[in-house]
Amino acid sequence: MTTMTISLTEGARDSATLLRRNLKHLVRYPSLTLTIIGMPVVFLLLFVFVFGGTMGAGLPGGSATAHPRADYLHYITPAILVMTVVSVANSTAILVAKDSTEGIIDRFRTLPIARSAPLTGHVLAAMAQTVLGLLVVLAIALALGYRSSASLAGWAGAAGMLLLMGWAVTWLCVALGLASGSVEAASNAPMPLILLPFLSSAFVPTDSMPTGLAWIAEHQPFTPIIETLRACLEGSDPGSDAWWAIGWCVLVTVLCFRWASRLFGQVGKG
Amino acid sequence: MTVNDTAIEVTGITKSYGDQPVLRSLDLTVPAGTVYALLGPNGAGKTTTVRILSTLVSAGAGDARVAGYDVRTAPDGVRRAIGVTGQFSAIDELLTGRENLRLMADLAHLRASEAGARVDELLARFGLAEAADRRAATYSGGMKRRLDLAMTLVSRPRVIFLDEPTTGLDPRSRRDLWQIVRELVEDGVTILLTTQYLEEADRLAHTVGLLDGGRLVAEGTPAELKARAGGETLDDVFLALTGHAATTDDENETETLR
Repeated sequence: MTTMTISLTEGARDSATLLRRNLKHLVRYPSLTLTIIGMPVVFLLLFVFVFGGTMGAGLPGGSATAHPRADYLHYITPAILVMTVVSVANSTAILVAKDSTEGIIDRFRTLPIARSAPLTGHVLAAMAQTVLGLLVVLAIALALGYRSSASLAGWAGAAGMLLLMGWAVTWLCVALGLASGSVEAASNAPMPLILLPFLSSAFVPTDSMPTGLAWIAEHQPFTPIIETLRACLEGSDPGSDAWWAIGWCVLVTVLCFRWASRLFGQVGKG
Repeated sequence: MTVNDTAIEVTGITKSYGDQPVLRSLDLTVPAGTVYALLGPNGAGKTTTVRILSTLVSAGAGDARVAGYDVRTAPDGVRRAIGVTGQFSAIDELLTGRENLRLMADLAHLRASEAGARVDELLARFGLAEAADRRAATYSGGMKRRLDLAMTLVSRPRVIFLDEPTTGLDPRSRRDLWQIVRELVEDGVTILLTTQYLEEADRLAHTVGLLDGGRLVAEGTPAELKARAGGETLDDVFLALTGHAATTDDENETETLR
């Protein structure tokens, strides 16, 4: 009889097998990807063309500028990139819940594979989708006139920040998808995750908010993440924001990986 | 390991959900290479038994060994030996039949050449060769059930759990599935199946266990049970040995058991 534990190599192989399954789903169900990427694109167009003229003038020093819309595009592009990542993660909650309700997850649970492999397969597929979504959104922002003065290192930092955040929020959404018990509940569970960036420095500077709200905005994870992205894309030093952002992402990843693994390992109904 | 004589050995397992006991000290022994049918109405504890033995839920108390491995302490040993086809379809409807089987072959770590051959063999055996490259979502109920069972067989499990394998199937699909079960037993596989259909247990099983309210109330060959109850059918047996008819408490159940 062969060894009764599952090696890391086998775990990686199983995760890759299940990643292929999830990528096939994305290719065969393209409307899902279109919806996911469409959401941040609509936000970008809405915020630039509808709100941009007014919002840009309200930015610090904005009343003096001749191009409030262009300034606002510059201000919110990092926020829209974050919304793209969140939008992909959100859909992962739905896909995980769909798997759970269809009985195929029970099949995976009775196989001698690494317990986390089916979940890792979902997260890796989401990361592939995230990269695609970020490229599309960035291309549209560039077409609208967004320009960055970032060096190669700045772009690398921004990409790293977005992927690290994607990893964290996707594991959160995997756990939410497993915990929610139905596809309908899973589509609503990550709603706070979509609203939270609005209560950060993503769309307006926090000092324009009432004191209490500003305090929340300054102390929630999306603000240091957005500020780190802004700094990277402007070629400046993000300073302590980067450490807060990385810390939040690592914390959320570790907690949610453990939460999701525990939910996946146990089964409720008999 | 006593795989040559005992495939499944259960001693005193219990399980409760909240304060609702589902299994009350169940004992069960299934010799290798035989079919054991757990027969009982909905709520008797059949599915819970299968879920405990296939490492999906843990028992409250008691011991269970499958293929020589303890389900509690060596779940991956159990998982390497078993195949499970549950009550609800566990196929991926967005993938084709071939891709579903290939997924299982890859997860069983078959070599690429071996995997392709195994997939083709199962597609042919289960009458799915023509539909192999169609998405499983387009399959009929009977085809989905056959694909589900084929996926279970990819890794050549020595012990197979079939939880109500023919519920909802038309008579012809049911007979096809019975034939597959007989062929598996000829190959030396051990099968534990649960069923609400008395006829199914009668036709397939070497041993029938009557499960009622989380307890095994009678056990024996179909002929022995009939002799004990003095009746001709397993319906009579159920009535004689449990004091009530084998009716189902599920109001959605369309097929009555007389």
